[in-house]
Amino acid sequence: MSKLGSLGARLHRGEVGYDFVGNRKIWYGISILITITAIVGLAVRGLNMGIEFQGGAVFTTPKGTHASVSQAETYAEEASGHDAIVQKLGDDSLRIQIAGIDTDKSDQIKEELAKDLKVDSEKIGADLVGPSWGDQIANKAWQGLGIFLVLVVIYLAIAFEWRMALAAFVALIHDITITTGIYALVGFEVTPGTVIGLLTILGYSLYDTVVVFDSLKEQTRDITKQTRWTYSDVANRSINSTLVRSINTTVVALLPVAGLLFIGGGVLGAGMLNDISLSLFVGLAAGAYSSIFIATPLVADLKEREPQMKALRKRVLAKRAQAAAKGESPEPETAAETFADDEPADATPAVVGPRNQPASRNRGRGRPSGKRR
Amino acid sequence: MAAPKKGRNASAQSKPGRSLALILIAIVALTGGMFASGHTTPRLGIDLAGGTSITLRAVPEKGQESAINKTNMDTAVDIMNRRVNGLGVSEAEVQTQGDKNIIVNIPKGTNSKEAREQVGTTAKLYFRPVLATEVSGSAATASPSPSASGSASSDSDKATDKTSSSPSATASATPSASATSQGRAVTDALKADATPSGSASASASASASASASPSASSSASAGDADSKLQAAYTALDCTKKAERATAGDGAKSTDSTVACGQNSQGQWQKYILGPAEVDGTDVKKAQAVFNTQTAAGWTVTMDFTSKGSKKFASITGKLAQNQSPQNQFAIVLDGEVVSDPYVSQALTGGSAEISGSFDQEEAQSLANMLSYGALPLTFKEDSVTTVTAALGGEQLHAGLIAGAIGLALVVIYLLVYYRGLSFIAVTSLLVSALLTYVIMALLGPAIGFALNLPAVCGAIVAIGITADSFIVYFERVRDEIREGRSLRPAVERAWPRARRTILVSDFVSFLAAAVLFIVTVGKVQGFAFTLGLTTLLDVVVVFLFTKPLLTLMARRKFFASGHKWSGLDPKSLGAKPPLRRTRRPAGSAAGPVDPKEA
Repeated sequence: MSKLGSLGARLHRGEVGYDFVGNRKIWYGISILITITAIVGLAVRGLNMGIEFQGGAVFTTPKGTHASVSQAETYAEEASGHDAIVQKLGDDSLRIQIAGIDTDKSDQIKEELAKDLKVDSEKIGADLVGPSWGDQIANKAWQGLGIFLVLVVIYLAIAFEWRMALAAFVALIHDITITTGIYALVGFEVTPGTVIGLLTILGYSLYDTVVVFDSLKEQTRDITKQTRWTYSDVANRSINSTLVRSINTTVVALLPVAGLLFIGGGVLGAGMLNDISLSLFVGLAAGAYSSIFIATPLVADLKEREPQMKALRKRVLAKRAQAAAKGESPEPETAAETFADDEPADATPAVVGPRNQPASRNRGRGRPSGKRR
Repeated sequence: MAAPKKGRNASAQSKPGRSLALILIAIVALTGGMFASGHTTPRLGIDLAGGTSITLRAVPEKGQESAINKTNMDTAVDIMNRRVNGLGVSEAEVQTQGDKNIIVNIPKGTNSKEAREQVGTTAKLYFRPVLATEVSGSAATASPSPSASGSASSDSDKATDKTSSSPSATASATPSASATSQGRAVTDALKADATPSGSASASASASASASASPSASSSASAGDADSKLQAAYTALDCTKKAERATAGDGAKSTDSTVACGQNSQGQWQKYILGPAEVDGTDVKKAQAVFNTQTAAGWTVTMDFTSKGSKKFASITGKLAQNQSPQNQFAIVLDGEVVSDPYVSQALTGGSAEISGSFDQEEAQSLANMLSYGALPLTFKEDSVTTVTAALGGEQLHAGLIAGAIGLALVVIYLLVYYRGLSFIAVTSLLVSALLTYVIMALLGPAIGFALNLPAVCGAIVAIGITADSFIVYFERVRDEIREGRSLRPAVERAWPRARRTILVSDFVSFLAAAVLFIVTVGKVQGFAFTLGLTTLLDVVVVFLFTKPLLTLMARRKFFASGHKWSGLDPKSLGAKPPLRRTRRPAGSAAGPVDPKEA
C-alpha cells in the first residue's frame, strides 16, 4: 500500500503524472485503430450467434453420463436430423446443442436422447428456443440501449454540460464497439447472457467516466478567474488525481467478475454466468481505458474550442512567456516548455506544477470545517 | 441529485449515532419481518430450483395488431393461470412480461409436459358443422357413446364401428344443401358410416324434442365436390401425431377442412368440417356447471355475444334438421376437435349448454378452452427451459461460490490497500449484503420476486459498485489528509464531495438498471432488478452506515493518530506538513473550491 499510497500522494500533488491530454492524439489514434479492427472483424468474421438467436435446443445431461462426445453427437444427429454440437462439462455431463429444431419436436428428441444415452429423460435439462426469441432479446436490447443513451446524454448535459455528455457518449460507443469487435475476432458465442453483460457495461463505463468528470467539473469551476492553467492542464490533473481511484474501481469491479468467469468457465463449463462475466470483463477493461484516455481528453478538446477558453489559453501562455522572460517563473520547467512552443492544446506540458490546495483559502480564514455546524 | 443541499452534512456529521441506530433498527425490523413471514430464503427461480419455464409470445393476426393489448394479455394470463393450476400444479405462475410476452413458470415435480400442452393450446376457436366423421386408424372397438339427451339420433350412432384406417366410403361427395348455403361437400356413404360421437355427443340443453329429421337434400346427387378434401380425409390417419399436427393446416376459417379429435374412449376420430359458422370471439363466457336438475352431471354452459347468438341460432337451426353426424357441430381449437355435440333444435336464447358424460375436469377444461378461444390472440412458444433439480442446485451452488470468491477477492484487495480502513469497508459490504438478502427474501412473497441465475450475477457485479463508493470516499479522505488535515476534519470535509460523486455515479448505474428492467424481457429483467436494488442499497448503506461509522472511528485513537496499520497514516500517504504550505492566491484554478458548496 505504501508504494501505491505514496504514488497516490504524488499523483495528488501533481508531482508525477502522465500527460493524458497532451498525448491524446496518440491514444485517439490507438482507439481509432482498435475500433477499425473491431469493425473489420465484425464485417469479415461476423458474430458467432448462439443457439438462442437461431432457434434450437440445448440439452444438458446429468452428471456421470457415460457417453463420449462423438457418440452423443451421433445420437443427437440421429434423433434430430440436424447437426449437433456436443460439449463436455464438468462431472461428465454433456451439453448438446442442436440448431434449427422446432420447439414441438424437442420432447421427442429428448426422449430419444434419453434412451440412447441411458439416462432418465426427466433428468435431462432442456432449453428450447424459437427462432425469433434471440432476435426479440436483441431488439429489446437495442431499444434499451437507445433509450438509455438518450437519457444519459440528457442527464449528463444537465448535471455537467453538453460537451461532457458528448464525450461520454463517444466513449460509450467506443467501449461497445471494441467489445463486440473482440467477440467477433475471438469468436466467442453471443448469447442473451452476452447481451446482458454488454448492457451492464453501459452503466459501468459511464460510472467511471462520471467520476472523472465530477472531479473535472469541480476543479474547473473558477477557471476563467485565473491565468495560471489552461483547461487542458486542469483536465489532465483531474485524470491524474482520480487515477488511483480509477485503478481501484476497475480492480474492484473486475475481481468479482473474474470470480464469476472462473466459476462459470471452470466449473459449470458454459452458460449464463460465463457469458455475462466474459462480456463484462472485456467491457470493463475497455470502459476503464476509455474514461481515462478518450472521454476526458475529448472534453478538453471540445472545451478548448470555446472562445472563453481560447482567451484563457492566450492569457495563460502570455503570462508564462512573461514569467519566463522575467526569469522568475513559478514553474520553471513547464514555463520553459510552453515558451518554446506556441502550438495549441497538444503542446500543453505533461505536468503542470504542484496541485493547488483546495483548502488553502479556508485554512487562511481559520475556519476548520470540522467545527462547522 | 448531484447537488446536495448545504448544511445537510452538518446534521449528519453531528449525529453519527443517530444514522447508525436508524440503519440498525431498519436491519433488525427487516430481519424480524423476514423471520416473521417465514420466508427466510429468497424464492428461487426455475433455473436454480428446477422446473420448466415457458415464454410465450402473442402473435398478432393480420389486421388485428391492436388485439395485443393489456386487457387481452391479462385475460390470457388469467385463463392460463387457471388452466395450469387446474392441473394440480400448485405453484405455477403465469405473468406478462413486456407488452406481448407471457411467462409460465412451472416448478419441478409437476407434469411439465402436460402443463406445456395446456398453455400451448392457445389458438383460435371455431364452431364448424360436422360433415362426416369416423374413427381413424386401427382403433379398438368403440362402445356406443352415452348420450345425455337420449335423442333419436343416437340410433345411428350405435349403428356401426368403423375400424379400418382407410374408409371404404369413397363415394362421390354430395353437396348438402341443407347445411349451409355455400354448398359444402359431404359423402353419402360416409354419412352412413356414422360413428359414435364420443362424450361430446351431447345435446343442447334446451333439447326436449329428439327429432332429427333426415335432411332432404342429404341424398342429393353427387356433384363435383371437393375431391381434394375427400382425398385428404381418406388419407388422414389421426392416430399418427405428425398427421394430427398438420391436419387441416393452412385452412381458412371460411373453407371446409379436415380435423382430428379424441372421443371419450380415447379413440382418435377424423372429421370433415364445414366452414366456421361461429368463432371464439362470439363466445362471451363459458362455465362448467354441475347440473343437478336433469342429472346430466357436469355440463358446460356458453353465453354468446349478441352477434354470436344470432349466428349460433342460425347454425343450430340448420343443423337440427340434419341427420347424424351432420347434426353435430365441432368445437375446433387449434385445428383439433375438442368436442362435437349434436344439436336437436335451433338454439336462439343466446346461450347453450353442452352436456355429456363429462367429469368435472373435462367440463372445466372444455369451458376454459371455450373461454380461451374467445381471445383473438395466438401464442407462440418462444423459449422453453427445463432445468432439472440437480442442474438447478448446481447452478445455485456455482453462483454462490462465485459470489463468495468475488467478495473474498474484494475484501483481500481492500485489506491490502486500505488496511485498518478496510474494516469499515468490509462491515459496510456485509451490511449491504445482509440487507440485499433480507430484502430479496421479503420480496419473494411480496411481489413474486424470484432469484434466478442472472439475478445472482447482478448481485455479484454489484459488489464492485458498492465497494467503489467506499473507494471514492476513502480516496477523498486521504486527499484531505495529504493536504495536512487531521483525520476528523478530513472525514467531514471529504464527505460532501464524495457524496456528490457517489450520487451521480450511482444514479447513472441505476438509470441503466431501470431502463433494462423496463425495456427487456426474461432473464435480463432479473439481472436489472438486482442491479437496481443493490445500487439503491449502496446509497442507503454509504449514507447511513459507512459515513457515520467513519465519523465514529475517526474519534478512535487508532485511526485518529494515523496508526501505521490504520490506512490513514499521514506519513505513508505522503501528507504535506501543514506548516510548510503556503497560502495560495485566491481564485487560482485548481484550488478554489469551497467545501461548503462542493
